[in-house]
Amino acid sequence: MLLTLTTTHRPATDLGYLLVKHPEKVHSFDVPTGTAYVMYPEATEDRCTAALLLDVDPARLRAQRDAFELSQYVNDRPYAASSLLASALSKVFRSALRGASKDRPDLAAQPIPLEIRVPVLRGTTDLVTRLFAPLGWAVTATPIPFEPEIGGDSRYVDLRLTGVLRVADALNHLYVLLPVLDDGKHYWVAPDEIEKLLRSGEGWLAGHPEKVLIARRYLAHRKSLATSALQLLEADQEPATEEEAELPVQRRAPLAEQRREAVLLALTEAGASRVLDLGCGGGALLAALLKQRGFTEIVGADVSSRALEQAARRLRLDQLPERQKDRIRLIQTALTYRDDRLRGFDAAVLMEVIEHLDESRLPALEAAVFGHARPGAVVVTTPNVEYNVHYEGLTGMRHSDHRFEWTRAEFAGWAERVAAEHGYSVTFRGVGEDHETTGAPTQLALFKINTSEGTEVSA
Amino acid sequence: MIIDVPELSLVALVGISGSGKSTFARHHFAPTQVLSSDYFRGLVADDENDQSASADAFDVLHYVAGKRLAAGRLTVVDATNLQTHARAGLVKVAREHDVLPTAIVLDVPESIAWERTESREDRTFGRQVITRMHRDLRRSLKQLSREGFRKIHVLRGVDEIAGAEIRYEKLFNDRRDEHGPFDIVGDVHGCRAELETLLGTLGWELLRDAHGRPVDAVHPEPGRKAVFVGDLVDRGPDSPGVLRLVMGMVAAGHAICVPGNHEQKLARKLNGRKVQLTHGLPETMEQLAAEPDEFVTEVRTFIEGLVSHYVLDDGNLVVAHAGLKEAYQGRASGRVRSFALYGETTGETDEFGLPVRYPWAKDYRGSAAVVYGHVPTPAPEWINNTICLDTGCVFGGSLTALRWPSRELVAVPAAKEYYAPVRPLFAVATKPDAGLDIADVTGRRHIDYGYGRTTVPAENAAAALEVMGRFAVDPETLVWLPPTMAPCSSSTVDGFLEHPSSAFADLRAAGVGRVVCEEKHMGSRAVVRVSASGTGDAIWTRTGRPFFGPEMDVPLLARVRAAAAPLFAELETDWLLLDAELLPWSAKAGSLIRDQYAGVGAAGRSALPVALAVLEQAAGRGLDVAALRDRLELRSAEIDAYSTAYRSYVQPTDGLDGITLAPFAVLAGAGHAYTSKDHDWHLAQADRLVAADPGLFTTTRRMIVDLADPAAEAAATEWWLTLTAGGGEGMVVKPWTGLTAADGNGRLVQPGVKCRGREYLRIIYGPEYTRPEQLERLRGRNLGRKRALALREHGLGLAALDRLAEGAPAWRVHELVFAILAAESEPVDPRL
Repeated sequence: MLLTLTTTHRPATDLGYLLVKHPEKVHSFDVPTGTAYVMYPEATEDRCTAALLLDVDPARLRAQRDAFELSQYVNDRPYAASSLLASALSKVFRSALRGASKDRPDLAAQPIPLEIRVPVLRGTTDLVTRLFAPLGWAVTATPIPFEPEIGGDSRYVDLRLTGVLRVADALNHLYVLLPVLDDGKHYWVAPDEIEKLLRSGEGWLAGHPEKVLIARRYLAHRKSLATSALQLLEADQEPATEEEAELPVQRRAPLAEQRREAVLLALTEAGASRVLDLGCGGGALLAALLKQRGFTEIVGADVSSRALEQAARRLRLDQLPERQKDRIRLIQTALTYRDDRLRGFDAAVLMEVIEHLDESRLPALEAAVFGHARPGAVVVTTPNVEYNVHYEGLTGMRHSDHRFEWTRAEFAGWAERVAAEHGYSVTFRGVGEDHETTGAPTQLALFKINTSEGTEVSA
Repeated sequence: MIIDVPELSLVALVGISGSGKSTFARHHFAPTQVLSSDYFRGLVADDENDQSASADAFDVLHYVAGKRLAAGRLTVVDATNLQTHARAGLVKVAREHDVLPTAIVLDVPESIAWERTESREDRTFGRQVITRMHRDLRRSLKQLSREGFRKIHVLRGVDEIAGAEIRYEKLFNDRRDEHGPFDIVGDVHGCRAELETLLGTLGWELLRDAHGRPVDAVHPEPGRKAVFVGDLVDRGPDSPGVLRLVMGMVAAGHAICVPGNHEQKLARKLNGRKVQLTHGLPETMEQLAAEPDEFVTEVRTFIEGLVSHYVLDDGNLVVAHAGLKEAYQGRASGRVRSFALYGETTGETDEFGLPVRYPWAKDYRGSAAVVYGHVPTPAPEWINNTICLDTGCVFGGSLTALRWPSRELVAVPAAKEYYAPVRPLFAVATKPDAGLDIADVTGRRHIDYGYGRTTVPAENAAAALEVMGRFAVDPETLVWLPPTMAPCSSSTVDGFLEHPSSAFADLRAAGVGRVVCEEKHMGSRAVVRVSASGTGDAIWTRTGRPFFGPEMDVPLLARVRAAAAPLFAELETDWLLLDAELLPWSAKAGSLIRDQYAGVGAAGRSALPVALAVLEQAAGRGLDVAALRDRLELRSAEIDAYSTAYRSYVQPTDGLDGITLAPFAVLAGAGHAYTSKDHDWHLAQADRLVAADPGLFTTTRRMIVDLADPAAEAAATEWWLTLTAGGGEGMVVKPWTGLTAADGNGRLVQPGVKCRGREYLRIIYGPEYTRPEQLERLRGRNLGRKRALALREHGLGLAALDRLAEGAPAWRVHELVFAILAAESEPVDPRL
């Protein structure tokens, strides 16, 4: 709700001309979320500071459309610098942002010594530095601690920037990066935001090493908008949403792809044409299955209705030709329940699924899949925890929702017991780079049902 | 002429155009019972006479007929039905729903039909059509029986048609008017001695013939009947003796008997059919060889007269040899009979070469109890309201009877193993009704839970499924979830949004006379299930998730278990379900406090002083910022008060150190829901836990208030002010009589309303909520939805506890718990 901008360029009071705000007055502006004030706590020849203070009116914040999340709970909007402050800034310093100055055009075009303070801003020292330092600022970001009863640092920093820059550049940096750091827009992000971003980012965003993060956050994580913005910035990087999204970058894409290939191969080996993808998530495997004509009936099942919506979008289900569409269905189910709809298939895939269930719930999954659905074959993949030593910097498990990760022996023990209990035979293989001591990153088990050859006897 | 029509059947009227079918239908049946082909042609083609629409019209007609028959409703089809293919369609629909097809033929002279047809403006066809129809009718009359019509009535001439009367006849299997009581006996297999002993144990007195052989039995209790589930014969030492006794009891009206597959096979053998002499049939034939021919004839007649299943006691009880799924109950068809005799098999055979039986009981969802035999099991067990009484007497097990309606099991052991079992008698490894079916929880569902009715929207169920599927503890352990709680009505007391006076007024208005005010602990709701043995113990959150994870939950549960030991003994239960609050709040909600509440505090406490310093400097330069400074100073005071409020609920903990549980209700134990106990009782149990382990348990302070006594109210208000001044969250005001407290109309009242402290509410409504204009706005908050939700969840929870106490199958409890979780997806202001 507060930022101050100081210059020591002499005469420092010229700052008033650049900002078009007289140092001897208190200026107030009505903005949609409250009242913005500009005033000068100091204004001498040597040093002049302008303060922008936004007095947020909770009632008006509530009235903001699409701001339900923010307004219904206790929130930090009245205190932390955010998109609210950025909006106020753009309204109050409109011409300064453009670099225009009627009274001091030369000064406006000239880099001058500046100090900026934003006393409360969401962010870490590291991130703040990564964002501001490449723009020529010397960055001091002091974490704001919690009270001793709670201990540790809050998610806020007290930010101080010093540098020799044009006032317009400084304001544009703040206009873009305050919302980026806050990462929670108070208004609905529409496509015209791209234009705003490109305008304010002119001359510095295209070359910024963190432009992907900036674009994505500024556009409120609307991937399509961020992608267009980045394309316009001549960049094209799809963010990863795969299972390995939380792993170091170079490990991601190849393994996910290799795993899909391995699963498809196992399905082909099992001679399956009617298949279940249990825990299909966003539908990456479904897309691969759909491409192969041999799979005549494909059912994607997931417990999350959001994941199913994503899968439907990814597969463009509503646009598929009828014959294609007849091959695939998406259903919501939970693998800890019996589900008659899953019976009678040639094969079921549990790709990176079991480790998302508490171990104590696995017997329910076993009963539902191997006991009740009883497909002819089951393909199960799961991480091989032995391989984790190769992930530099990985502490804990590969994904925050993993409830366990097994060694090869643990997986084999589980699979062999399940196979014996339910009348399947099972074989194992690794997926991905097969390391001598640790094995491959992903382990795959292929279960095939035992065909009974009992003699017919009537009771 | 009297026309007998089964109560449930598909009646096809057969007759040429102008034979008076519609008039007949109108006269004898309700309009909704009659499906007329003309009407359906009109529905699909806007023209009742458009013959080109016939195929579509019959499609729809069959569909509607199917829906009616599935629901057990008599259905009459008003169409000419003169063509074999047309009738075949009706027979097919009837068979699909296992009802008897009935034909009523209206045979009028061709001349009369022509006269009637000619007088109708909408009939434009010529005389030759009538003639052709008449020819078809003659042919049809010969074919009806062969086509599958089980009853055929032919009414000849106008007078006979006009004089006809419909008489409904019950199906043979319909004995709903018999209420017993019953002694239902499992598979006897020729074990006469054990049967005699069992009947004696049940209080029957055997009547014997001149040779001392039992030929009947009487029970002193009027109306009590024995019911035999079949398989009286084969394998055992005296099948004729068993038959003699049972046949006598049935003839005397003292018993009811359904056939087993062994009787069926015996009858075929006695009828001279070629059957394999296996599975104990040779022994029976040998034993019968010693009997006179008349007896053997009687046996054959007896077996042939047996009805494959019975529906008894107002439809609450179904008896069939191999059980019967719901869709087949009270129906009559070949496959119904076959299911009743043999059950359903999967087509596979097991390692002993015996057919693998499809576990129909696992999927059974009917309201009628199904009692059956056929499959030898070591001990009878209720599975989804079905029970198998075959305890393998002939294999050396026991002979079992179920008494109805008391559901008491009585068994006598076999004297010896008379016949070696092909497959050992072993208990199924897992309960067949263990595991839950997704169809019991998903989709839009209507639930009548006894305390009310509710509809779970499909999207709420979908949301709940995700939580249940991914995060919750085992649904079979998760037998209850705490209902949400409504706050008291908004107070008008100056400076307060919630105040005891409103809470008392709310309960008084609901007709409650006495309340208990319980200190509201500010922690995390915890439901604890502990048992003497330690198996199946769990502690879960409001949304059914495991509390901390096994490394902390297991030792925590062990301590609760130790403290609860005296309660297990006293309440004669081996497990207990406790409702409690786990303290401190920070133990479970640490990250929420840091991210949400303390974060706001830190931001506010850092930003405001800097802003005030800027204003101070500006003021020092002569700028007028006084009004702004006053506002920010107020904010500064508010953020400090807010920080103090959440800070009270943060306490250091290290593992279990510093964690305590404040129990306030004991919800259930083995075979009991303690929902009708008053809160003195609940709190007394809680106090005993505190006494047993004061380090682990925290007392719930309380005060009992008579709502007619203003002094008591005043004292409780003082108490609340003191509690909340010391950082307490507030109190919950509950009807003293307990969880099942109801109003004058017998409807549940809120089990409690919360009354939260003035300072506590800052962390809910924001640091500045106490400003007069904000308070005024908040007083207008709408509590209706929250109250309705709280009451519904409360009722669902009570019903879940009731079902648990009754020993209902897991899915019956789970559907209610799932509905509570689904209700939490309702869009209700989370601050209430």
